[in-house]
Formats: sequence, C-alpha cells, structure tokens
Amino acid sequence: MKNKKNSIKEMLGSGNFMITLVSIFLGILVGAIVLKIAGYSPLESYGVMLKGIFGKPKYILYTIIYATPLIMTGLSVAFAFKTGLFNIGAEGQFIIGALVATLVGYFVKLPMGIHVVVVFVAAITAAGLWGGIAGYLKAKFGVHEVIATIMLNWIALYLNNYVIMLEGFKRPNSEASYKIWDTATIGILEKWKYTAHGRVWLKVHPILQSIFKTPVNLGIICAIILAFVVWFILNRTTLGYELRSVGSNKYAAEYGGINVKKSMIVSMSIAGALAGAAGALQVMGVSKQVSILAAMEGYGFDGIAVALIGSNGAFGCVFSGLLFGALKYGGPKIQSAMGAPSEVVSIVMGTIVFFIAMPKFIRLLVSLVKRKEVK
Amino acid sequence: MFKKRISLALVLLLCVGLLAGCGQKAPEEAEQPSENQVPAEEQLKIAMTTDVGGVNDQSFNQSAWEGLQRAEKELGIVANYKESKQDADYGPNMETLLDDENNLIWGIGFKMGDLVKEEAEKNPDQKYAIIDYAYDETPENLVGVVFKAEQPSFLVGYIAAKMTKTGKVGFVGGVTGNVIDGFEYGYKAGVKAANNGTEVLTQYADSFTDSAKGKAIANQMYKDGADIVFHAAGGVGDGVIEAAKEQNKFAIGVDRDQNALAPENVITSAMKRVDNAVFNMAKDLKEGKFPGGTTVVYGLKEGGVDIAPTSDKHVPADILKEVEDLKQQIINEKIVVPYNEETFNEFK
Repeated sequence: MKNKKNSIKEMLGSGNFMITLVSIFLGILVGAIVLKIAGYSPLESYGVMLKGIFGKPKYILYTIIYATPLIMTGLSVAFAFKTGLFNIGAEGQFIIGALVATLVGYFVKLPMGIHVVVVFVAAITAAGLWGGIAGYLKAKFGVHEVIATIMLNWIALYLNNYVIMLEGFKRPNSEASYKIWDTATIGILEKWKYTAHGRVWLKVHPILQSIFKTPVNLGIICAIILAFVVWFILNRTTLGYELRSVGSNKYAAEYGGINVKKSMIVSMSIAGALAGAAGALQVMGVSKQVSILAAMEGYGFDGIAVALIGSNGAFGCVFSGLLFGALKYGGPKIQSAMGAPSEVVSIVMGTIVFFIAMPKFIRLLVSLVKRKEVK
Repeated sequence: MFKKRISLALVLLLCVGLLAGCGQKAPEEAEQPSENQVPAEEQLKIAMTTDVGGVNDQSFNQSAWEGLQRAEKELGIVANYKESKQDADYGPNMETLLDDENNLIWGIGFKMGDLVKEEAEKNPDQKYAIIDYAYDETPENLVGVVFKAEQPSFLVGYIAAKMTKTGKVGFVGGVTGNVIDGFEYGYKAGVKAANNGTEVLTQYADSFTDSAKGKAIANQMYKDGADIVFHAAGGVGDGVIEAAKEQNKFAIGVDRDQNALAPENVITSAMKRVDNAVFNMAKDLKEGKFPGGTTVVYGLKEGGVDIAPTSDKHVPADILKEVEDLKQQIINEKIVVPYNEETFNEFK
C-alpha cells in the first residue's frame, strides 16, 4: 500500500504524468481548431465523442474491446523498450498470433476450456519465436532490430494472406478463413445470449442487454493480468533485472557478467509473445477468424504510441491503451452524428495522437513557462 | 511547482472554452435553412456502413454513397455513412447506426454478409439491406441486393473481342467467389459471342485492394500480347488502369464509369448501378413498399447494370449498335448470359 502511494507521488512528481495530461489536452485543443476550420462546432463534436464513449454501458464495453489489443501491443513495445530494444514488429507479431490462433482454433478439436489454453499458448509461442528471429539476428549478426522487425512485418502480412488463401482454410465466397470452433472462444455467455431464454431474460435487464450486445469477452482481464506479469518480470525477477540492465547500459551489463546476446533474444521473444497474445485474444474474443489484409491494420503501430504515452510502464500502458481505444472507437462517431467527412475526423484523431506522442515538446513548453516565472 | 502546472492546465482549459464558445454559433445559423427546406414531419433516415474500401473507393462504396446523396436531394431523406477501417469495425459501426435510429441500415459489400444477417436477427425491429449478398433464408427485416454482373460483363467482353488488334484480351479478377465468377464468365461468354477466335488471359490477384499487384498482372498481360484488359477487382483495378495508361493500351473499368481515371485508355466500364439500387430502395421505403425478406436482383432489364455512357468516345458506333442489339436480346431473354463455369460450358 505504502509502495503504491509512493509510486503515484513519484509519477506526479517526476512531471511525466502532468506532461502526458498537458499533451492530451493540447492535442484535443488543436483538434478543436481543425474542427472549427472545417466548419464544425468543436464543443458539439467532442460532446458527441464523449457521449459515444460513455453514453451507454455497451459503448464503454466497446471502448474496452477496442483497447484490449492495444494494451497488449503497447506492453510488447514497452517491454522491449525497457530492455533497450525498439520493437516495431508488434504489428507482424500480432498477425502471427492471430493467424496461429485461428489455425489451432479451427483445425484442432479439443474440449471446452483446454482448447482456449492450447490456442493461446500456441499463438504466443509462435509469435514469440517470430519476435525472437529479430532478436537472434541482432545478437548474432548485429542486424538492427528496427530494420529486421519492419521487414518481418511484411513477411507476416503476406504469410497471413497466403495461408488464408489455401484450400480448406479459406471460407468460400469470402476473403476470410473459416471461423474458429466455439470451444476456442472466450466470449462471455456468447451462446446463451441468443437463445430464446437468454433473449427473454435480457429484455428484463436492459443494462445487461446493452452490455451483451457487444462481443464481451475475457480479453481485458487477460490484458491486465499480462500487464501485471510484465511488471513482475521486469521488477521482481533476476531475468528482469538482467534485461533492464542491458537496456540501461549494455557494456556495463556485459562487464557485470550478464549474457547480453541471450538477453536480447529473450527480450524480443517475450515482446513478440505479448503482441501475439493481443492477436490471439482478438481472434478468440472478437473476430473469430482472420481475413486477407490489404495493409497493416495498425494494432502494432498504435502499440508504439500506447507505450510512449504510458511512458513504457506496464500499468501506464493499460491506461493509455484505454485512452487510445476510446479515441479509436468514439472518434469516428463524429462522422455520422455531425456529418463531418471521415477525412476531417481522421485529421482530428491524427492531431490528438500527434500531440500525445510528443511529450518532449510539451516538456520544453513547461520548462519555458517555468523559466519565465523564475525571472 | 505543482501549482504552476495546474495553472497551465487551467489556462489551456480556458482556451478550449473560448474556442468552443465561438463554435456554437455556426451550426445554429446553418441549421435554420435546412429546417426550412424539408417540411415533412417524418423524415426518413438512411445510413450505410462502408467496407474497408472507404467512401471514396472509386467503386461500389462511393457509388452507394452517391445513391444515398441523390435520395437526400430528391426524396428528402437524411443520409449518413460510417466508414470502416478494419474488419473489426463492421460490428461496432452497425451498432452505432442502430443507436442513431435510422429507418434503414445498409451494409455495403459481401464482406458484411454474415454480420448483417446476424444483426438483423438480433434486432428484428430494424430494417437492413445489403449489397452483393443473397441469403438462402432472408429474415423479414432484411433485403439482399444482387446484380447480374454477368450481363454488362458480357457486353464489355463483346466490345473487347471486337476491338482487339492482337486477338488477345485479359481478365483480372479479385478473389474467386460467386460475385466475381459472374464477371469472369459473362466476359468470356461475350468474347465467345463475338466469334472471332479471341483468346482470354485470366488471372486472379487474390485481393481487392493491392493495386501494385493489379499493375504487375496487367503489365504481364500486355507483354503477353493482350491489348485490352478488363478488371473486376476493386482497388486492384486502379493498378490495371495505371498500367494501361503507362503502356498506352486499353482497359475496361468496373462498377462505376471509370473513364475519368484514364480518359484515353478506359474504353468502357461494366457498371453495377449500386447507386440506383440504393436510391430505389429509399424510394420503396418512403412509399412503404420495403421488400423485406426477399432478394432483389438487378439486371439490364431493371436498369441495375449497364455499360458506361462514355463508351462512345472510344468504341466505334457500329460496334455500339451491335451491343445495343445484344442488350435487347438479353432483356428479352433471347440470350441467357452464363454466370459460372458450369453455365459457361453449356453456353452455345
């Protein structure tokens, strides 16, 4: 308890928290200016957005559903960052996780409960290996992980499209794979809510009815557990200590007897597994299938921003992931409610994210204000 | 120190407040004329969810939106759209439009096929419609709209076979399936109907969006001797048309009149009048004739498909006259255009 209080104080004291708040604010402000220039009332637009996020229980649920994969890709990037690596490959690891989860979820038949675990473990193992490739290349041949992971993203994308097109996996007359079996899903009461009994019962309980209209699933709980696991590994284990010291100064770490090469591979593998978990949970909880991708869907790239906003902390990622999920879900609602073209909405969203992601600039602003006051 | 930060934040808050204050006047002014414009007490609200192509996709999403906009102008409905960025957006977008209390919700494109049916079953009081999807069992509050794509494809196939100088024409498909089969075999039948031994090169891009791949395929086809390439592949087709432009060859567009993309190279387009379908549905809804529980089929007869009006720029008048003749024969059902491999093999 005491520890927690201290850490909150630290967070506020170090200015990080405040700076994040200010940058979110600036982003919203500039977004408002953009809206004004485009001829839409900023207040009304943001009102629509807030109502679209908090207006009904199911909106909040949707926000959480949108946030779940972002929290985990954010954790993936943050974990690698803490150990001195820049994981741009969360996108590809996400794709691999989703693909393997769908493959195992469709081709393997197991009883309820076990199936979910098998799917999850298979997906994070595959994605972990995928992430490990970049770590191995860096450790063995000095290939910079940024280059390696970017390239691996594309390989993952096209591998995904190739596998989906294979006979026996592609659902006819669609651009997607077959759906995974019900035993592999993590939706809450998914079957029951469409039965006659379920419908009648839900009609009497409007709040629950609203909630169950969304694909509610256990993903968010998993994400929070994973955030805790990341925090625990980094701060309470020898492995975490080693990884962090490599991140702070790898020469000192090597001098101290830490196997730097091994820790690079381990770190990238764990980061990959985290992003893969995001993909797996997305498939098991929401999409139930993988589709042919025309371009990257952006879960991994958004994860970079989530990690930055969360200042690479495990729990910071949970909050910034929720913020991002809210923006992604609530933002586009301006479009249908105000009649604003989607381009304007994208510009506003982009501006907000842009400001949120540049705390350096905000820090400068804050220090300028401080300096003036000192004079 | 903490105080100063808070004061900074408060100043920012003030700025937002000021800005928002300015903002409120504008909509009031804007609202008044629109209220005067539409005296009807009960305005119909119709909205659509685009697929991942987005509302400016030069293809069926855009066409559907144009239809809704026309309905807004001519029928006085309120039109709206929600763009999808990822497959995962379809569900939430449908939910949002449901909460906006629309009278009718469109799903544009077969990708939403299963989902729209699910939504229709979940919300029996809400009317839904979908483009390019036919169900075995359609719920009472849902309408599937499909197009006889083989008919305009037949006509452009005929034009291609008549106009080719090399005796080879190409077909670039998106992803195999019922919808694209109609294009492919209609086109091949049209080429066959011209009866001059023209060969058809066929290739699928396994994508509806990868324009680079479309360009590569078209380039290869032009290299292999084809001089006219027809595409039925959404965004992939942008690459096909680009290749035609660069190599100074001919291409045939799809869904909309795509002549504007390359006025010198797109000789005609196999149009699916998604806009007409969307418009007609709005009209039916207004007149209380919503065809729930059925599948509406649009062919040449219903004005739901056609070749592009700009065809006369490149296609000689005598060929167009023959095409007009063929069109009548299709409408009179003297010619039944094949729509898949099986019917194609039986054709003539």
